[in-house]
Formats: sequence, structure tokens, C-alpha cells
Amino acid sequence: MKTKFVGKAIILQDNIDTDQIYPGRYLELVDPEEIGKHCLEGVDPSIASRFVKGDIIVAGTNFGCGSSREHAPIALLSMGVSAVIAESFARIFFRNAINLGLTLLTCKGINKRIRSNQSIEVDIIAGTITILETGEVIQCEKIGDHAINILKEGGIKALYRKRMGVN
Amino acid sequence: MHALEKILAKASGKKEVYTGEIVNAKVDFAGINDLYLQTIYSFYEMGAHKVWDKNKIAFIFDHYAPAPTIQAAKNHHEMRKFAQENALAHHFDVNMGVCHQVLVEAGVILPGRVVVLTDSHTTTYGAFGAFGTGIGATDMATVLISGELWFRVPEIVEIRIEGEPAKGVYPKDVVLHILGRLKANGAVYKGIDFTGSYVEKLDVPGRMVLCNMSVEMGAKTAYIQPDKKVLDYIDQFATYPYEVQKTDPDYKYSENYVFEVSELMPQIAVPHSVDNVRSIDEVGSVIVNQGFIGSCTGGRVEDFEAAANILKGKKIPPYTRLVVIPASTKVLQECFKKGIMDVLIDAGATLSSPGCGPCLGAHEGVLAPGEICITASNRNFPGRMGSTGAEIYLASPATVAASVLNGRITDPRTIEAE
Repeated sequence: MKTKFVGKAIILQDNIDTDQIYPGRYLELVDPEEIGKHCLEGVDPSIASRFVKGDIIVAGTNFGCGSSREHAPIALLSMGVSAVIAESFARIFFRNAINLGLTLLTCKGINKRIRSNQSIEVDIIAGTITILETGEVIQCEKIGDHAINILKEGGIKALYRKRMGVN
Repeated sequence: MHALEKILAKASGKKEVYTGEIVNAKVDFAGINDLYLQTIYSFYEMGAHKVWDKNKIAFIFDHYAPAPTIQAAKNHHEMRKFAQENALAHHFDVNMGVCHQVLVEAGVILPGRVVVLTDSHTTTYGAFGAFGTGIGATDMATVLISGELWFRVPEIVEIRIEGEPAKGVYPKDVVLHILGRLKANGAVYKGIDFTGSYVEKLDVPGRMVLCNMSVEMGAKTAYIQPDKKVLDYIDQFATYPYEVQKTDPDYKYSENYVFEVSELMPQIAVPHSVDNVRSIDEVGSVIVNQGFIGSCTGGRVEDFEAAANILKGKKIPPYTRLVVIPASTKVLQECFKKGIMDVLIDAGATLSSPGCGPCLGAHEGVLAPGEICITASNRNFPGRMGSTGAEIYLASPATVAASVLNGRITDPRTIEAE
């Protein structure tokens, strides 16, 4: 399991809902690659086309509020987001993301402490973010054991396959 | 313990549970709507072949019913195949309506049950004393395999509502008012228990509105202690025995809020957030292009009745439109029987088939850039009902009807009934 990620920060605001992450009009799509093309279209339709794989989303409170659509974390993963850091997450989004193996970190006031395009390193075991330019280390909430166990296996599907003895 | 905790304790085979504890709870009913073909993909990707219990799972085709695109038709096709192969006892095809209405009518939503659906508005079932919560597609796939799901036992907040609002002020106004105060992240991960004299007097559909909109505050689940009125309603449909749980008198809520609603005016959530709520007299003059009455929030008989009382014998002006979509076929039939639908159609409303309609921007009345919609549904996020360049105002069905009648946002109390 990869526990450290380096990428550039993309800063978003509070209450980024699932309609902004993945608009409802594309919910019929099932191919992850197609889904990824519409990621964050409700915030800025050009994000997906200029996104650099590995970059990190940094947002405010209640990220992923709204619907239960799993398309939201699928879109973020497919676009190449390595982690999402936010002041808080909506609960269904949180579960969906962890289940699919998308790393989330909760950190108070984070979208005001990091600037757009700054390179940051995320350490999910230590629960820290390092701003590479300045060396500043920000301590976040640690991810709970239950979520870490799922992430360690690469998501709930891998965990279940293991549990059911399927390769 | 709180009634919700007792439900979780029983479902996880424990005597007691504590806030913050992770429990593995047995699921009593699981519903998958037609947005989530991914559930089936994840099910097979995890190496599963058969579902855990064919009597406790149903597909509900509501968001894309009937199929508006070839892709949606293909998704339905694959889901039907899965349902047939697994011989699911319940199935709700494109002829039935919105999951949160049809499952109640099917008698599978009962007090004391743990119910999960691939839909955020599953909090609605708190109106029946059930623990209902929305989950994602892959979470659902694990339920289909194991019949269980892990839950964090939530903090539970009490929202006590007192008073009796004036005529023309509806449960939707009350819940929008609360949402405006507590905000979209006011109850993230928490359970909300609605209590107080207002709630006690509320009918079943009104209770469903409060619990339904709880998720817009981030709530994991909602609850209203079932009373005789609710149990009588349930007993019309119940297909299984059930056990009503009750909160212990010494239970301490993590937070308590009190709202007095006697003086409340109709409320509107203005673009582009559900918690951007104002009293109708603070909204100003806003021209509307479309009204929508429908969805799991505002598509029941009482909602269309409130609209019909305003539109009876009147005509919606040209260049303004009203889309009406009953939450279920049963609701549609009852509206016809009571003459409600005739009134709305005579006034110029467009009737579409039961389902979610344009609430999530899929079909049956999506919005163009620059258009303004006033809706009895539940979300006004940018792009929710079509173009991100459209504006959505959330209101009660009566306010929607009054507004389309005048072509601009209007207090329903100013319209004289025929």
C-alpha cells in the first residue's frame, strides 16, 4: 500500500456537493474513464482536461455532500486524484471513497493554509501534510483503523475478495 | 439508549451500543435504484454469485423511468437480468415511482428495521421509526453478499419543534427554516430526532418531509417516534411483523435545538445552496420559467392537493410551465380519483410518469442556461436540474403553485382559493 503521495494542490471551497463533483446528467455512464472526463464539471468544466494525474484536492467543509452517487469518487480516482484533503467530509461520500481506495484526510482550515499549485506531500499513516516549498508540516486527524484496513487492501472489493477466497 | 441505538444494537446482536462504536449490523431491507449498475459490477468483481437473501433486496427504477436514453435502457436491462437470475421477491420497474414512496407502499419499511438504499434520501424512513440511511453502490454490493454493513453509532441530536404555523405554511417551510439555521453541515454523521408539539400533530407525509430533508443537513439518519397515526398507516401495507423501539426517558442527546414555528412564513432556499434560506418576503421579485412539484420530498397526494387548491379554476400564464410528477403510481391514481390531477391539468400543468423526474437533471423537464425554476424537490446545487447556468429555488408545493400562477415567486397565502 502506498502511504505517501506528492502532488500539486487544487484548492476548492466549502460544501462541494456531488452534483458539482459529478453532474447528475452523466449518471447513466458506467465506464470509469468516461466518468472521469466529467469530474468537477460543476465547479469548472476545464478541470478534468488540464488535471495532472497525482494532484491533490484540498477543500473546505462538507466535501461530497448531497447524493449517494459513487460516481463522485470514481470520477476523482479516474481523473487521477491521489488524495482529497478537506476540513470535513459528508458521510456517504466518505464511505464510498474509502471503499474504492481513494485516500481522504480531514484537516481543519486546510484550504486556507495551502495555496493553489503548491506541491505537498501527504502521509496517510502519520496523518500529516508537508508543504514542500517551506517544509511546514501540518498535522491532520488520523484516519480511523477501520478505514485504514480497507485502504491497506486497496479498497473494500479487494478486502471482500480476500475474505471470500477469490483471487 | 435512544430508539435508533436500540435498533442498531438489536441488528448487531448486542445488548448496548455506544456513540462512536463501529458495529456490524444485519440489514432488514436493501434497495438499489437505477443509477447504480455499479452495484452489480462490484458484486461480481468481489467474486460473488448469489445474493444473501432474495426476499430482502429490490431494484427500484425511478431516476430514469421510463428509460430516456439507450444507455439508461441498457442499465435497466442488466438490472432486470440480475433481479431475475437471483429470483428477487420484490421488483419495482419503471411503472412504480420513487423508491422512498413505493417501498413504503410495498410494506417493507417498518418500525425497528435497518434499511439501506443507494440513495441519500433514505433518511425518509425515520418517519416510520426505522433506521434508514443511504449508501453507495459498492457498499451495497457488500450488503448483497453478506446481509450486513458496518455503521458508526451516530451522535443523536434532538430538534424539538413547537407551535402551530399559519395556514399556507407547510412542513417543507418548517424544514427549510431549520436547514437555514443549522446549515448544510449542521448534522454531518449524526442522527436527528424530531420531537415537539408540532411534530406530534404532523401527518405521515409531513413527517416524511422532515426526515427526507434531514440528509440536506448531512444527517446519517432521522427519527420520529411512531405514534398510533403512523402505526395505523403502516398497518395498511405491512407485510412483516415489526417491533417499535422507544428512547429511554433518561437518554441524553448530544445537542438540543428548539424551533418555534407559530410565526413562520413560507420559506425559500435561494440559489445555489439548500441552506441559503430566506422568508418569502425577503426574496424580492423573481420571474420563474418553470415550477416542479414532485420527487421523494414533494410528490405525495397532499402536495398536489395543496397545489390544486391554489390553481383550481385558474390558468398558468403563457411562457410559464408547471411540471407535476407523482411520487408513485398509487399517488397518481389517488390524485385522479380525488379530481386533483384534473384541476392541475386544466390549469396547464404538464403531467409526467411517476419517478424522480427532473429533480436530478436526468429528464422530464430539465433547465436551459439562464432559466429559473421553483421546485418542491430537495436540492438547488448548480446544475442539479440541468444547466449549471440555471437557478433553482426550493419551496413548498403551495409556493410553487402560487409562483407559476403569477409567473414570479409568490406567497401562497396571497392567492385566494376558488
